[in-house]
Amino acid sequence: MATQTLNPGNSNTEAGAPGRLRIRGTRAGRQFTAGPYTYLILAITTVVAVFPLYYTMIIASHTNHEMAQVPPPFLPNSSMFHNIRLALHEQPLLKAIVNSLIVSGCTAIGTVLFCTLSGFAFAKLRFRGSRALLALTIATMAIPPQLGVIPLFLLIAKLHWVNHLQSVVLPTLVSAFGVFFMRQYLTNAIPTEILEAGWVDGASTFRIFRSIVVPIARPAMAVLGMLTFLASWNDFFWPLLALTSRNPTVQVGLAGLGSGYIPQQAVIMGGTLLGTFPVLVVFALLGRQIVGGIMQGAVKG
Amino acid sequence: MTALSEPAHDLRTTRVGARRKRASALGSRAAYAYVSPFFLVFGAFGLYPLIYTGWVSLHSVNLENLHHSTWIGLHNYVALWHNEFFWNALRNTLSIGVISTVPQLCMALGLAHLLNYKMRGRTFFRVAMLMPYATSVVAATLIFAQLFGRDYGLINWFLHLLGVHHTNWTNGTRWQSQVAISAIVTWRWTGYNALIYLAAMQSIPSELYEAAAIDGSNRWQQFRNVTVPALRPTILFTIVLSTIGAMQMFAEPYLFAGDGTTNGGGEHQYQTLALFMYQQGWTNFHLGQAAATAWTMLLIIVVLVCINAALARGRSRRG
Repeated sequence: MATQTLNPGNSNTEAGAPGRLRIRGTRAGRQFTAGPYTYLILAITTVVAVFPLYYTMIIASHTNHEMAQVPPPFLPNSSMFHNIRLALHEQPLLKAIVNSLIVSGCTAIGTVLFCTLSGFAFAKLRFRGSRALLALTIATMAIPPQLGVIPLFLLIAKLHWVNHLQSVVLPTLVSAFGVFFMRQYLTNAIPTEILEAGWVDGASTFRIFRSIVVPIARPAMAVLGMLTFLASWNDFFWPLLALTSRNPTVQVGLAGLGSGYIPQQAVIMGGTLLGTFPVLVVFALLGRQIVGGIMQGAVKG
Repeated sequence: MTALSEPAHDLRTTRVGARRKRASALGSRAAYAYVSPFFLVFGAFGLYPLIYTGWVSLHSVNLENLHHSTWIGLHNYVALWHNEFFWNALRNTLSIGVISTVPQLCMALGLAHLLNYKMRGRTFFRVAMLMPYATSVVAATLIFAQLFGRDYGLINWFLHLLGVHHTNWTNGTRWQSQVAISAIVTWRWTGYNALIYLAAMQSIPSELYEAAAIDGSNRWQQFRNVTVPALRPTILFTIVLSTIGAMQMFAEPYLFAGDGTTNGGGEHQYQTLALFMYQQGWTNFHLGQAAATAWTMLLIIVVLVCINAALARGRSRRG
């Protein structure tokens, strides 16, 4: 798979902060310092990246009538709570937020747990067929799950799970990316000698997992948890099929808002603001860690 | 919950493993218990549905009567072949895929190069560029549908200042709508791909740049002759991921029209294959037909990924 070719001969790079520091150290010699044009282009890109989100707030805080002015307003106004109230009236968005918290929380916890277990086994345990199984895991990353929705739908219909949250949680409980991510991290982060010492002392594999592996794996588990939570919160296609507007996730609720009979842009943006901004604020606060996680996963996965 | 029962199972098997006295070798049957949750869940909810889709595609299944399916052989595929909207959706998917992926990856490469400079506020820029990625596709599409609005949209207002006549982005010509949809995709994914390129750039050995500098090459030549060749595997990886993503594009065309239909614009200007599949199954209730569409899409993805890989291999052999 393409992912295997991605490891450009730096498998001895240590994972986590020490590794990044080391790279930065060797790089400093050749690194150019940014000139004014670099800052200018990056500033423009930042504006393009963030402006649509800012403008969501502008639309959500005006009435439709005010938005029709020329030139259009660029500063927030006072109608935000009114618009959000109207959005809540049209779609059960508060229920959707609770549902999304449940779904994303369960998915993140399950994925982190299962992926840490598998990642540990692939990184440190020797067992027959481990190479083939790892290759299989990596290969599954290229499989588009969206194309299997029809049998999945038949399955949950048979189980009478349509419109129940478990139909959204269960299919996404594992991730091949997560297994690979944890394996790469644990391969480098855990000295094999520690595990052997535990083994000699007569600790069971699970005891070793609990007392040695999990504490060391914690930073990577946190990053994987955040990425999984975000992906699950933003997932749309399968929840749209498995749930209805009576018991939606945030994305299903917002989609219902956007395709109403009389599209009211201020109301739609009010709902979008409500369903999107809490996550974006958390994302911005944890941004440094998430950026680090994506970049680590990129070099190695 | 399986989440609770699995570790208990691990405990039992590992005790058996611990009794064996091979203290130096960290290997045991327990390993299978550790990897089994992944393969069980993946098998049940990933692989099995994908394969079973092929079986469903040979049947006539109605959404309103799921327990009743009739074997009809390849009829669904024949119907697909004669359906003009399938070919329309295939054309749209390919063209939107190209105009959303190519500029996006080029811009991401350039941005990654800039982000790799020594500068103040590097974390700020990286996080800011990742904000669109954190925005859900639904929210992004709803926001851009407003920005691209015909009468009061900000983009038309701005273009009007530049002297361009009002454009009907959401329901105009095929070209206009597809550019607007590609803008959403580009907005969401450019920063993410830039970070992936940046990560790969940071693992290029500095000796290569030093050697290039001694040979007298400037920044642009170093970018072209050192950075881009070293990034080739990563670029291939992002192209493959973008291709798979583009082939499955659904939410953007579904929500951009804002009319709640699955047509992808009044004249199907931007109905993609995924939207066509959804329409077959959940608007027209023909789940068998939808399954045939899904398997056709899978086939197309496999072919496209193989072409990508072959092209990349051919190029690196020449290079």
